Amino acid sequence: MASTIALTVARYRPEREAAPTFQTYDIPFRKDWVVLDGLNHIKDALDGSLSFRWSCRMGVCGSCGMKVNGTPKLTCATFLSDYLPGPVRVEPLDYFPVVRDLVVDLSDFMRKLKQVKPWIIREDEKPLANGEYLQTPEQLDTYKSFSMCINCMLCYSACPIYGLEPSFIGPAAIALAQRYNMDSRDQGAAERLKILSEHDGIWQCTFVGECTKVCPKHVDPAGAIQQYKLTAATHWVKSMLLPWGTR
Amino acid sequence: MSAEPHYTLYHPRWYRRRVSVWWWLRKWSYAGFVLRELTSVFVAFFALVYLWQVWALAQGPETYAQFLARLQTPLFLALNTVAFLFVLFHTITWLNLTPKAMVVRLRGTRVPDAVIIGLNYAAWLVVSGVVAFVLLRA
Repeated sequence: MASTIALTVARYRPEREAAPTFQTYDIPFRKDWVVLDGLNHIKDALDGSLSFRWSCRMGVCGSCGMKVNGTPKLTCATFLSDYLPGPVRVEPLDYFPVVRDLVVDLSDFMRKLKQVKPWIIREDEKPLANGEYLQTPEQLDTYKSFSMCINCMLCYSACPIYGLEPSFIGPAAIALAQRYNMDSRDQGAAERLKILSEHDGIWQCTFVGECTKVCPKHVDPAGAIQQYKLTAATHWVKSMLLPWGTR
Repeated sequence: MSAEPHYTLYHPRWYRRRVSVWWWLRKWSYAGFVLRELTSVFVAFFALVYLWQVWALAQGPETYAQFLARLQTPLFLALNTVAFLFVLFHTITWLNLTPKAMVVRLRGTRVPDAVIIGLNYAAWLVVSGVVAFVLLRA
């Protein structure tokens, strides 16, 4: 068994260099170490200037998304032992501007997420005294997978359409819109349709399908988008045939 | 995207990477996707050949015989073979993707993807069988 493994890490220090470079660190190899453990070892013992984001270490917070050997991964769930004998190349997520080293700026996504109104919209709120809005397990099941999204941005990094057309709303935001559209307590589908059926919404997607493949939480954004295309197309046909039917 | 930043002490100078023209060669799944998009050209080719056939049929038996002879030239045989392979690729990838768009629920549970794909293939076989029956009967 190897005793060390090389991590080749992308560095970008804007005060020093105009473009990213790579730096290789030899770290101890341990069977139970994930890529994030390796990065933390570098930060603690080898080079304190390395910058990267992380928080929960257990695939819940969605902060530690990076490219590992070219594939978008949660580094807290990516074992070094799967990359023996190394070296392992660690890079920031694609298509987002790099702030420093492995840190990318996500404000583009945050803006888009807000656009699709990912919250329950009610036409009429019933008084608190009337109790909760009840939901059956079957109704929960229709959208539950979409609600597992942790905004880790691996799907954006895997989506060549987002790279080529930065105005595309993108996989996670559309999956989260679907999460609320399919919620039996929500009444905001018509409001979201306006945003999602625009040019930068679902119709930009040409179904590469990589977003679903890289998703660590099995959200299936590609499925969400295709299902929504069907909904939007049906809505359009209805509005053409029965102009009063969609009001 | 947020406004283009200017580097100051308090505002980072972001690095933006350009997408290479060859992005679709990076991964087999990307290349497969581009190939699937390309199949539309061959679907259009078959549609044009079909229109040409209808036109030749309307012109009378002589033109139609000429059309058939043209189809048997090596150039058209090669073109049709390539187009057929692409259309086959188009059909198979298309049918494999159907469960993503079609979510069917029976008695509260989702019908498995394999069943939806299987039913689509079955429908494809039945329709092809009917078309073959109509054509070969004569």
